[in-house]
Amino acid sequence: MAVTDQAQTAVPRPATGAPARRPLRVFRNLASKIAAIPMVLTALVIFVGCTLWTVVYSFTRSGMLPRLQFVGLDQYERLWSTPKWLVSIQNLAIYGICAMVLTLVLGFLLAALLDRKIRGEDVFRTIILYPFALSFIVTGLVWQWLLNPDYGIQNVVRSLGWESFEFNPLYNPDLVIFGLLIAGIWHGTGLSMCIMLAGLRGIDEDIWKASRVEGIPTWKTYLFVIIPMMRPVFVTCLVLIASGIIKLYDLVVAQTGGGPGGSSEVPAKYVMDSMFGAQNLGQGFAASSMMLLSVIIILIPWAYLEYGGKKRV
Amino acid sequence: MKLTTSLLGATALCAAVAGTTAGAVELEVSHWWTSGGEANAVSKFAEALNATGTHTWVDNAIAGGGDTARPIMISRILGGDPMDAFQFNHGRQAEELMEAGLLLDLTDVAEAEGWKDLVNPPSLLDACTIEGRVYCAPVNIHSWQWMWLNNKVYTDLGLTVPTTWQEFVDTADEVRAAGKIPLALGGQPWQSSGAFQVMAIALAGKEPWLAVYQDHDESVVNGPEFTAVFEAAAQARELARGSNVQEWQQATNLVITGEAAGQIMGDWAQGDFAMANMVAGQDYTCLPGLGVNEIISTGGDAFYFPKQDDPEVEAAQKELASLLVSPDVQVSFNLAKGSLPVRGDVDLADANDCMKKGLEILAAGNTVPDTNMLVTPDTSQQINDLMTEFWATDMSATDAQARFAEIIANAE
Repeated sequence: MAVTDQAQTAVPRPATGAPARRPLRVFRNLASKIAAIPMVLTALVIFVGCTLWTVVYSFTRSGMLPRLQFVGLDQYERLWSTPKWLVSIQNLAIYGICAMVLTLVLGFLLAALLDRKIRGEDVFRTIILYPFALSFIVTGLVWQWLLNPDYGIQNVVRSLGWESFEFNPLYNPDLVIFGLLIAGIWHGTGLSMCIMLAGLRGIDEDIWKASRVEGIPTWKTYLFVIIPMMRPVFVTCLVLIASGIIKLYDLVVAQTGGGPGGSSEVPAKYVMDSMFGAQNLGQGFAASSMMLLSVIIILIPWAYLEYGGKKRV
Repeated sequence: MKLTTSLLGATALCAAVAGTTAGAVELEVSHWWTSGGEANAVSKFAEALNATGTHTWVDNAIAGGGDTARPIMISRILGGDPMDAFQFNHGRQAEELMEAGLLLDLTDVAEAEGWKDLVNPPSLLDACTIEGRVYCAPVNIHSWQWMWLNNKVYTDLGLTVPTTWQEFVDTADEVRAAGKIPLALGGQPWQSSGAFQVMAIALAGKEPWLAVYQDHDESVVNGPEFTAVFEAAAQARELARGSNVQEWQQATNLVITGEAAGQIMGDWAQGDFAMANMVAGQDYTCLPGLGVNEIISTGGDAFYFPKQDDPEVEAAQKELASLLVSPDVQVSFNLAKGSLPVRGDVDLADANDCMKKGLEILAAGNTVPDTNMLVTPDTSQQINDLMTEFWATDMSATDAQARFAEIIANAE
């Protein structure tokens, strides 16, 4: 270390002709750099290191315990020929798109309604945010009961006299993913509403006054003035919702257990089932590597568009 | 500040208490026995251990069945925080844990107590043994090949209680017409997979079944015997429509309450019938091998003991292991659980009709190894996935057969 430091100090001095006392770049803000070392190490070892380890072991035939016995792309071939995995991907796509759109739209609508200075705002805000305080396990169980045809909504409506009423998504393979969606949105909308409400409160009152003076209808002000101004808020919401979608697991386990007939499987559950249920770590690692890859494929172009090219003011 | 002091005080107190009872060990035991009959059975173990006066049984039951519990147990063991004992189905589930040396070697206990001579059938102990070393204590024999029928459902309809699968299918229409579910089946994957393999052994017979599950011969899967099995399973799927329950005990409860006529389930269901005060042969009927082929598989449960650093704990673990196999505990546990004891030298005078049938079949040697001993958890999971899809959707019998053949061909 010391040798390289001397070399670095020795080389630039004659070239730049900088004053001899000028501190090295490496040593600038030394205290904060030292303070950052633990976090840098954590990030490198835990995030990057463990990710690489997982990817490497996805090329092996590890069973219950990891072992370095390489089998090439076998695990990936098996993964992509497994119907369960294909169903998982499809489910995640349906759930992801619907949850993303609905949570954002509903969150914004609720926030906009609360922002109209209504009476009892605190009460409504608490009620709507409340589901977020519950874990996904509790949410899943609550909705499992609500959607159970013998005890839940269907039974209540039928007992009110509408005998032919049918609302039974959890036992219908084609609809079960929407049963999960209802629970997911019920759980997540409150948070995005709160973030958006904070964003709306951050809008300068003068903007509203100006739009009123110009005679612009309220809905147009929201659509063309306020929403573009709230871009950072939307990005925050988007990231939070997206990470919730990718890791969708506990809700499925609690609400449907992947059923009926494996029609509500999701990738994260496939990973867990392979790693611990089937005692096949290699297969689980292959599946989680594919999840990582899909996140990267979405993330990199987005990050490039968002932060690359021009520096935003 | 006050809180901190009182916490410190409490810690010191705990330490003092722990110090005075040196020699006694609290053994944390994990298992997934949570239904009424099962919980009753496991309490016999706890009572027996607590009765020794030195050690205490700390119960750590994990609800949700083996598929839920096993991953939790494995991750605790691999994560370096193992419990003192845990239950698995004996077979290949713990194979890698044994190979990796994470489990306590019980060979000295096994030799001292002569497990080799008294454990019957010997395949139970073989499943615990790797390279001559014994790593688990078998506690019971469970067989899958049973059908449970509620007699009242049939007598109310003026029917005789079926004695074979075919009679059951023939009367199913009338049961359905009476507004009852002919066949109760829970939604958990292992249940549909188990029901299928029971039908396979009953309808296809022992040889083809062994060829598929033991020798992994996919040509037999495509043969006429298994074609018939898949067709029968497709028929059974129709009979099971309407049983919207998840756990097996809920499905058994449908039979107990008379909402469903029958269920294909292992003999652990018997404990729940007993808890509901129903009498075998009088209130309910059991048909081993679906009344067609009276063959039972000798699977079951075994206790494994993860390695601990503490020699005191290790001694307690070994004590527990020998206690589990001891005659008195075997009798009280198995009577409560409805399973058969692992040793041939105990007297089950209190056994009910169904258990006696099981004991007779066992004595006659009409047994096959359990699927858990024949296929890896990996293959077993693939079969589960296929079967749960098959039973819950409209997948055709031929499609299911083709996919099953592929799984068997790739099995290790």
